[in-house]
Amino acid sequence: MNPANFFALIGIVLFSIGLLGLIINSHLLRKILAINIMGSGVFLVLVALARRTENMPADPVPHAMVITGIVVAISATALALTLMLRVASETGHATLPDEVEE
Amino acid sequence: MNRKTLLLVLLLPLLLTLTAGLGYAVLSLPEQPQYLPKLVIDNINESGVSHPVTAVLLNFRGYDTLLELVVLLLALLAVWSLNMPAAEDKTSPNLVLDILTRLLTPVLILVTAYLLWIGAHAPGGAFQAGSVLAASGVLLLLGGYRISDKLTGLPLRIILMAGPSVFILIAVLTLLLEGQLLKYPTAQAGLLIVIIETVATISIGATLAALFLGARPIATNRATASEKNMDQGSEKDGEHK
Repeated sequence: MNPANFFALIGIVLFSIGLLGLIINSHLLRKILAINIMGSGVFLVLVALARRTENMPADPVPHAMVITGIVVAISATALALTLMLRVASETGHATLPDEVEE
Repeated sequence: MNRKTLLLVLLLPLLLTLTAGLGYAVLSLPEQPQYLPKLVIDNINESGVSHPVTAVLLNFRGYDTLLELVVLLLALLAVWSLNMPAAEDKTSPNLVLDILTRLLTPVLILVTAYLLWIGAHAPGGAFQAGSVLAASGVLLLLGGYRISDKLTGLPLRIILMAGPSVFILIAVLTLLLEGQLLKYPTAQAGLLIVIIETVATISIGATLAALFLGARPIATNRATASEKNMDQGSEKDGEHK
């Protein structure tokens, strides 16, 4: 297995860990962190796959996409955190309702 | 077995299947295509910079970068429109933090300029430089520094808007002169990219630091005045009741 595939697989594992965290945690801060871990996994896959064959220059297009993605992820995280603070100040707790109220 | 364990037992096989499927997809990818990287390398002399990632970001796919700046601005607008009260730091900053901030801020600004300039031919560029600038802004905010009330209104907004505005202006100019959006003339490409990157760096730094603050910076005099009014209003309400 060459290094590119190894890092890409690690990226996929990170993505799955993030997805698991997103599903099983009800606290919003943990959900936001989980989404960030999923995003980091995707970035790792993109960066790793940009250079799959050893003796070739890396493909700059995925690298540029990752830079774009990081900036969008930062702004989305900032917005999500502010929304979470707003939810906390409105309802008193930063979790989504666990059960459907009847 | 309670519900949470049951959920986990059902969930884990699904997630493992997903992971295995994605892993198989990565391992069974076809050979790396040669077309796009070759296209970038072949045309790099016309892009005005010599680093392929910067060339892709600001020349070949400049449209993406323009929209990215707009996304940053949009996130800030959304954060401001949530109307959260700014976190007030009433404790005086720790001595270590204060001295560190004073020492590091000039260094960080120097690193910003270096990253901005080196971006033309090595890893670096507007976004990396902007992040470092934002880091110095965050450090200043943590140290209890706030920009003067006179600057929180129009001047701050001009700084936030400068990056996207200059980029859009150049895009429109190239559309009119060259007939295609963001198709820089080869001779001026390097200069145009440096102009866009410089202005974008300042805007990105300011936007990220403002996002960290998490609230619309309001002049403190006005804020306290309106708070007082609200307090008086609520007291009056109390009296009526």
